[in-house]
Amino acid sequence: MNEKKIIELRDIAVSFDGEPVLKNLNLSISDGEFVTLLGPSGCGKTTTLRIIAGFITPDSGDVFFDGKRVNDLPAYKRTVNTIFQRYALFPHLNVYENVAFGMRVQKKSNQEIEETVTKMLELVNLKGFEKRSVAKLSGGQQQRVAIARALANNPRVLLLDEPLAALDLKLRKDMQTELKNIQKSLGISFIYVTHDQEEALSMSDTVVVMDNGVIQQIGTPQDIYNEPQNAFVADFIGESNILDGVMLEDYLVEFFGRKFSCLDAGFEKNEPVDVVIRPEDIDIVEPVKGHLTGLVTNVTFKGVHYDTIVDFKGFKWLIQTTDYYPEGSTIGIVLNPEDIHIMKKSAYSGMFGDYSSYSEEFDELGDAVAAAEAEEEAEE
Amino acid sequence: MKLLSKIYNGIIFAFLYAPIVVLIVYSFNDSKHRVKWGGFTLDWYKELFHNELIMEALWLTLQIAVLAAVISTIIGTMAAVGIYSMNGRLRNLMMGVNNIPMVNPEIVTGISMMLMFVAIYRATGFLRPGFLTLLLAHITFCIPYVVLQVMPKLRQMNKHMYEAALDLGCRPVPAFFKVVLPEIMPGVITGALMAFTMSLDDFVISYFNSGASAQNLSVTIYSMTKKPITPEINALSTLMFGTVLLLLIIVNIRQVRDLNKQKERR
Repeated sequence: MNEKKIIELRDIAVSFDGEPVLKNLNLSISDGEFVTLLGPSGCGKTTTLRIIAGFITPDSGDVFFDGKRVNDLPAYKRTVNTIFQRYALFPHLNVYENVAFGMRVQKKSNQEIEETVTKMLELVNLKGFEKRSVAKLSGGQQQRVAIARALANNPRVLLLDEPLAALDLKLRKDMQTELKNIQKSLGISFIYVTHDQEEALSMSDTVVVMDNGVIQQIGTPQDIYNEPQNAFVADFIGESNILDGVMLEDYLVEFFGRKFSCLDAGFEKNEPVDVVIRPEDIDIVEPVKGHLTGLVTNVTFKGVHYDTIVDFKGFKWLIQTTDYYPEGSTIGIVLNPEDIHIMKKSAYSGMFGDYSSYSEEFDELGDAVAAAEAEEEAEE
Repeated sequence: MKLLSKIYNGIIFAFLYAPIVVLIVYSFNDSKHRVKWGGFTLDWYKELFHNELIMEALWLTLQIAVLAAVISTIIGTMAAVGIYSMNGRLRNLMMGVNNIPMVNPEIVTGISMMLMFVAIYRATGFLRPGFLTLLLAHITFCIPYVVLQVMPKLRQMNKHMYEAALDLGCRPVPAFFKVVLPEIMPGVITGALMAFTMSLDDFVISYFNSGASAQNLSVTIYSMTKKPITPEINALSTLMFGTVLLLLIIVNIRQVRDLNKQKERR
C-alpha cells in the first residue's frame, strides 16, 4: 500500500425522494488499500459504493479518480469494477463467456481473452468449469465467477457490495480469506461493503463506520475496536458496556460514585463523558476485593465463554468470562486503567450499552431483523 | 356430489363447443343444405382454395398479422422497458393505462379509431381507410398484450444485470441487446405470438377500420354471410378456429414451461 490517493469523495450529498441518504461525506482511499464500509442497513454504504461505480450521480460534491473529477463520467468508462449482491451473472452465457464479457466489449483478441479467462478461473479455483452454465453452479461457485468476471477487466479498484451475504457461515469464512489473498496478490484497492462487523475487522486495512448517511469513524480495525469515537461505534463493533461518567481531570474519571484512573486525556475539567468497558476486559474477583460489587442475574453459555449479566446498582453490565458464576451469586470486579475507554458525549449517548433487556431470544431476534433488512436493501 | 359437478361441467362445455363441433362437421358435409348429411367430402376445402376473394383476404390477413405482430412487439417491448424503469407510483399508473384498452369494449376502440382516421384523412388527405389504417389499428390493440407478456420477465430479471454489463464497459444500448434482451426473450416471443393471434382473430376493430379496398378474412366472411351462405364458410371458419387454437396452445405451453423453469431455479 502506498499513500497515493486513488479515490476521493468530497462533500458528497445525496437524497432520494427528498430523504437525505448521504450528508457531506468525505472519504479518500489509497492505492492498494482494503477499505470496508461498515454500517447497519440504510446507513448509505451501498449508495457510497454506487457513487464510486458511477451508477448514482451525487446531488452535490465531487468524486475524484486518480486526481481527476469523474462526476460526469458514465459507469461504462470507469476503470472500477463491481461485484454485485447476488452476483448478477449473465444466465444465458456459460462461465467462460461471463468472464470474457468485458474483454469482448473491448474487442480484445481471442488469444488474449483465452489467456486471461484461464488465468482468472485459476485464480478463483474454477479451472475446468469453462463450459458450465452459470445457472447450474452453487452460490459459492457463482460468487467466484463474479470475482473472475470483474477482475478480468483489470480494474484499478474492485467494489464489492455485500458479496458474501448470501453464503452460509463456513463458506463465508473461507471466501473472506480467499478475497483477502486475492487483494494482496493483485495489489489493487478493494472497497468492501458489509453490515458484518467481524468480516470488516478481519479483512480490512481501514474500516469506515457509517450510520444515517454520516461517517462515524475511520480507522484501522484496532482503532475502531479499541478507541471507538462515540456510543454508536462502540455498540456496533463488538459488545460494550457504556456508562455515564465525569472526567475530573486528565487520566481520572468518576462513575458509579467512584474514581478510576484511565489512559485518556484532553477533556475539559468535569466534562460529562461516555465510559466504554468491553465485556472481555473485566476481571472478576471476590466481592470484598472488587472496585464494584454486583449481582449475577443471567448466565448464557457461548462456547468459549459465558455471557454473564451483572446488576450494578440497577445498571446491567455484560461480562464475558471463562469461569462460571451462577445466577444469584454476588461478585466483585476490578477495572484497570487500560480497560477503561473515554468518549465525548454525542447524539448517540444513552441509546446503547445497557444490557437490561438482554436475553438470548432478543439476540436472535436482532440477527433475524438484520438479515431481513439486508434482504430489503438488496431489493432496493 | 362429484358426479353432479362432472355433469354440470359437461353441460357447460357442451354449450361452449357444440356450435363449433357442428360447424366443423358440416364443413365436411357433401350437401348444399345445412341440415342434411350427405356424406363425407373435402370439396368445400378445395373450393375454398379456389375462391379468389377468400384467398385475397387470407393473404391480406396474414400480411397484417405478421406486420402487426412484429411492429407491436418492438414497440411493446420498448414500452415495457420504459415502464419498468419508472418509479413505483408512475409505473403502476402506466400499467393501468396499458390495461385499459384490453378491457375497453372492442366496438368503442374500433369506432374511436375510425373517427380519428377519418378526421385525419379529411384534414390532411392522408390515411385513407385501407391497408394502412387496418395495420395501425391492429398494432395499437396488440401493444398492451406484448407489454403484459414482457413486464413479468423484466421483474424476474436480476436488476443488477444491466448495471453489471455497464460496469464491464458496455455502452447502454449494446448492454440492452447483449444482456437484457436474451433474458426477457421468452416474454417477447410469447408477446409476439399473442399479437399474431389477436390480429388473425379480430373482427370488430377490423370492421370499422378496413375500408372497401382492404378487407381481412373475418370482415370478408361477415360480408359473405349477407348473401346465401355456402358451406365454404364452414370450411374457412374451421381452418381459422384450428389455427388460433394451435397458436393459443403454443402460448400456453410456453407459459407453463416458463413457470416450471422458475420453480427449478428456486
